[in-house]
Amino acid sequence: MPFARPTKPKLAVWKFASCDGCQLSLLDCEDELLAVCEHITIANFPEASRARVDGPYDLSLVEGSITTPHDAERIHRIRRASKYLVSIGACATGGGIQALRNFQDVQEFVSVVYARPEYIQTLAKSTPIADHVYVDFELRGCPISKPQLLELVNSFLNKRPPNLPNRNVCAECKLRGNTCVMVAEGKPCLGPVTQGGCDAICPSFRRGCYGCFGPGEAPNIAALSARMSEHLGVDTSDLVRVYRTYNSAADPFRKESERHES
Amino acid sequence: MRPDQQGEAIFLLPDEKLAELLSAIKERGYQLIAPILRDAALCFSEIDGASELPQGLRDAQSPGSYRIKQTASPERFAHASGPTSLKRFLYPPRLKLWQTQRKANAMVFEEPADPPPRYAFIGPRPCDLQAVAIQDRVFLRSAHPDNDYRRRRENALFVAVNCLHPSESCFCSSMNSGPSAKSGFDILLTEQIESEELYYLVQTGTDEGLEILNTLKLKPAADSKKRKAATELKQATKKIERKLDPTGIGPALKERLDSPAWDELENRCLACGNCTLACPTCFCSTVEDHTDLAGEIATRDRVWDSCFQQSFSYVAGGPVRSTIKGRYRQWLTHKLSSWSDQFGTLGCVGCGRCITWCPVGIDLVAEANAICTERQSQNPTKTTIGVSP
Repeated sequence: MPFARPTKPKLAVWKFASCDGCQLSLLDCEDELLAVCEHITIANFPEASRARVDGPYDLSLVEGSITTPHDAERIHRIRRASKYLVSIGACATGGGIQALRNFQDVQEFVSVVYARPEYIQTLAKSTPIADHVYVDFELRGCPISKPQLLELVNSFLNKRPPNLPNRNVCAECKLRGNTCVMVAEGKPCLGPVTQGGCDAICPSFRRGCYGCFGPGEAPNIAALSARMSEHLGVDTSDLVRVYRTYNSAADPFRKESERHES
Repeated sequence: MRPDQQGEAIFLLPDEKLAELLSAIKERGYQLIAPILRDAALCFSEIDGASELPQGLRDAQSPGSYRIKQTASPERFAHASGPTSLKRFLYPPRLKLWQTQRKANAMVFEEPADPPPRYAFIGPRPCDLQAVAIQDRVFLRSAHPDNDYRRRRENALFVAVNCLHPSESCFCSSMNSGPSAKSGFDILLTEQIESEELYYLVQTGTDEGLEILNTLKLKPAADSKKRKAATELKQATKKIERKLDPTGIGPALKERLDSPAWDELENRCLACGNCTLACPTCFCSTVEDHTDLAGEIATRDRVWDSCFQQSFSYVAGGPVRSTIKGRYRQWLTHKLSSWSDQFGTLGCVGCGRCITWCPVGIDLVAEANAICTERQSQNPTKTTIGVSP
């Protein structure tokens, strides 16, 4: 009995405030890309092709955060045109590096940076996609992991749950057999409170995790901060910055950074 | 070297002949696995021969801290257990269980056909051997023995080393697992240094061990050398300051499920799961089902998991243990109490890995003792094991 899917599902890729790195991960799947295209129609992906197929779309991958009134409208149109919507990358899931504006006065920046500030329409905060529309799944990371992206598409095609477990980076270090950088070398590491998925890439190169996959499930961040300041020589002002990198709009990281603000 | 077994055949292996011993083992088709310096720690890894065994490395361990120091000593095993245990080899972190393929009107299932690796472990400690004995009970003495574990286990050779340099985290003497090995080895070494001469006292525990040793034509060790080693092993026992009462702890913990001492762990524990993954006996796993893009082939993998993950106990409606203290209590009471109801021994061997490798330095022995010395709570009947507060 040959196994055939009734129709080829349509995939769309959408960009909001971001660097494009995550959607390019799809093009980076060089060895697997042709096989993926056999099973799914890439219907909207401006980075890859000008050819567009009209919606609705079976699977939308949304990159970037919402930073303008126009984008806050546009994401609703995309949601309406999409059967499943998956936000991809730290911008889309945790506000991105541009969420650093959330802790400052963005109008002041605009007045200093632009010659004609009146042309600039921007929101006071950079927010994740899930703050605006219902999101079916999130792929974390800055950038996302290529194997995770392929697993997502694969599980979608085969109508099965994706193997994207919410274990933390510590678990991935232990699976790989990495020695803990915090215990053996006294290096500060966000691994215990960070969502895995990167296969513990930074500790594998003997540096601490900097949390680019965002907070893990129910993280006890205060206990980690206490250890870093009492035993690993991280001072309070650095603790503010440790949690304000790529996911500063993710609540657990935002709250912990604010707790250390003087 | 067992201090109580002076009459037993004990041979003398000069360090120069250690290479011969390892070659003899390798020639029998074994892959040599020994503690070598990797990523700032002594980790069990594959080696080609004795020349790769580091010399003069000492470790300093304490709750949440591990440091290696190079000394001028020629000793190769003058350290305690490192971050990896034999679990990684006998019960690997990720294992393909089976694969299935669509065929005409059927699905065909296949188990992986690869022959199991033949490991020779060089330098596991007595606590590591006890951990293997505990995992044997879990995986082999059950209604459904683990086939992969059985094949790896049956193929393995253990060249254990008695522990003369326990770390600050160790408490094997409490758990009756060390510092001297009593069983579970094919060959047992006690590393000795005498006026700058490095040698090993060698005993055998199995016929295979004896067979290997016979090829080396070793001389029996002099009585004075046996006495020196026995004295040093007694001194090693005395060095271990961390103490736990292995018979009292299980019942005591059951009486104190409501102790306020658990509350404090809610704030301190990261619930990162490092203790469980570093533990040589923890065996929890999950399975992952994978498919190829076309949906023609599916595989099932077994992957290490940890009871500290909230989603570990997820059932319809939410996780059974939603608080960190609930998860810590589950782990500690399983290791030190309910494990014996389940398997007839405690689940702890006193290797101290959970203490050293906890990133925030939570000390299992200190916590267990503190909980058991707490005044018993008012209404102990209110809580039952396994139910989250």
